[in-house]
Amino acid sequence: MQPLTNRAVPVNRDPMSFGERIYVPAILKGLRITLGHIFRKKATYSYPEETRPFSPVFRGLHVLNRDEEGRERCTACGLCALACPAEAITMEAAERKPGEEHLYREEKYAAKYEINMLRCIFCGFCEEACPKDAVYLSETVMPANYTRRSFIYKKEDLLIAHPKQQQN
Amino acid sequence: MLLLQTDWILIAEKLGLITLILLVSLGVAAYATWGERKVAAVMQDRRGPNRAGPLGLLQPLADGLKLFFKEEIIPSHSAKVLFVLGPAMFMVTALMTSAIIPWGPSFEIAGRTISLQVADINIGVLYIFGVVSVGVYGIMLGGWASNNKYSLLSSIRAASQSISYELALGISLIALLMVTGSLRLSEIVEQQHGFWDNGYFTWNFFKQPLGFFIFLVCSFAELNRAPFDLPEAESELNMGYHLEYSSMKLGLYLFAEYINMFITSAVLATLFFGGYNFPGMDWVAAQVPSGVFSLICASVFMLKIIGFILFFMFIRWTLPRFRYDQLMNLGWRTLIPLALFNMILTGAAMLTIFK
Repeated sequence: MQPLTNRAVPVNRDPMSFGERIYVPAILKGLRITLGHIFRKKATYSYPEETRPFSPVFRGLHVLNRDEEGRERCTACGLCALACPAEAITMEAAERKPGEEHLYREEKYAAKYEINMLRCIFCGFCEEACPKDAVYLSETVMPANYTRRSFIYKKEDLLIAHPKQQQN
Repeated sequence: MLLLQTDWILIAEKLGLITLILLVSLGVAAYATWGERKVAAVMQDRRGPNRAGPLGLLQPLADGLKLFFKEEIIPSHSAKVLFVLGPAMFMVTALMTSAIIPWGPSFEIAGRTISLQVADINIGVLYIFGVVSVGVYGIMLGGWASNNKYSLLSSIRAASQSISYELALGISLIALLMVTGSLRLSEIVEQQHGFWDNGYFTWNFFKQPLGFFIFLVCSFAELNRAPFDLPEAESELNMGYHLEYSSMKLGLYLFAEYINMFITSAVLATLFFGGYNFPGMDWVAAQVPSGVFSLICASVFMLKIIGFILFFMFIRWTLPRFRYDQLMNLGWRTLIPLALFNMILTGAAMLTIFK
């Protein structure tokens, strides 16, 4: 049968030479490699003093966005919960009362918005599905915690700070 | 009258020495765990533990405390007495060998000669060999008493590995015995005084290089240390013979392994690398009082031991593990003929060349 490429190398089935059989030269070669590794630059990042560089599209913790005037963008449409493959997002909608126009953009808003971080797989589908640019995945790595309950992030944990109040 | 006749100062001196050696063994073994992790890390392009204390030096303390706080489990279907006896025996045999090693030359204080060797028995080398053989019991008891198929298999492998390599160990020691003419460890160290004498090196490593190599390989196998660490092969037999152990019993097994490593390095240094001798020791002995000289010799000895420990770790993190049949092949079909060849060669050389 004709070989497809000329890169095939026949397997070397010669019996082992004396130097190969006593393993000692191979061991010494291995020791030299390991010795070389001792003097190389270490690949460890001393977290939390240094953090590793993240790419711009890194999928970390979720944030709920506000617009330029500080109103919440999320309208509790439920597209992110529908898109989530792990069913991690739940929400309850509420109607905007007349005196709350500065808080919410549209008439419907999310009274409760919870993401169960233990179920979340950080895929970013919710970010892609949102029609209002409300959910984003930031660059924060999820911190550790002690109880399962503390991993269910409520709306207050997820909302970013008010832009106008932050400047004060 | 018996009370006045006994030499209380000798008893106090021996007890003090025993305590000191125990503390040093435990300390060195504890920091060998730290050193192992650091050495493994630098060879793998990472840093080791560096959070517990400066440079991670309190890490052994953290590990010890963690083991203390864990739950002490004795499986209900295990053989309870043997279960507890296994790690205890392992630890005891690990510590027992430290009794005969000469840690330094004897020195004089207030007219008394204090020797830095707890027991100078005249069958020193044979004692080491015997204690190493008994050390196999600790592993076997642990595996059997666990009432667990995998632990049993692993302890059987460990026992067969140990006894296979003991033979080559013994035969290489016979060749060494031919050269030194004495089993007494203090005499063996005395014969390696200084570094250069009468036109050749005094250390036994230069007189018995092949014997040293065989002894080294067999000591790797006796310590159950990579590349011979099939008994504790983490990926193959779960945890091996210490699978069912938790808390301090596991701590004893792991710790005893490091103490074994320390003691084996000490034996290697004593038998082949001159013990506490170093080049230029006579000049140093003339400059300083005998107590300080003993201390210097003991420190040199500790440096040699630490060098061997680092070598053990170096090999562990470089070589892959042996398969069981490769291990047995190596022990019976390669090392024993090699050791016999070494013995015959030494005998022939001593009869013909070195009268």
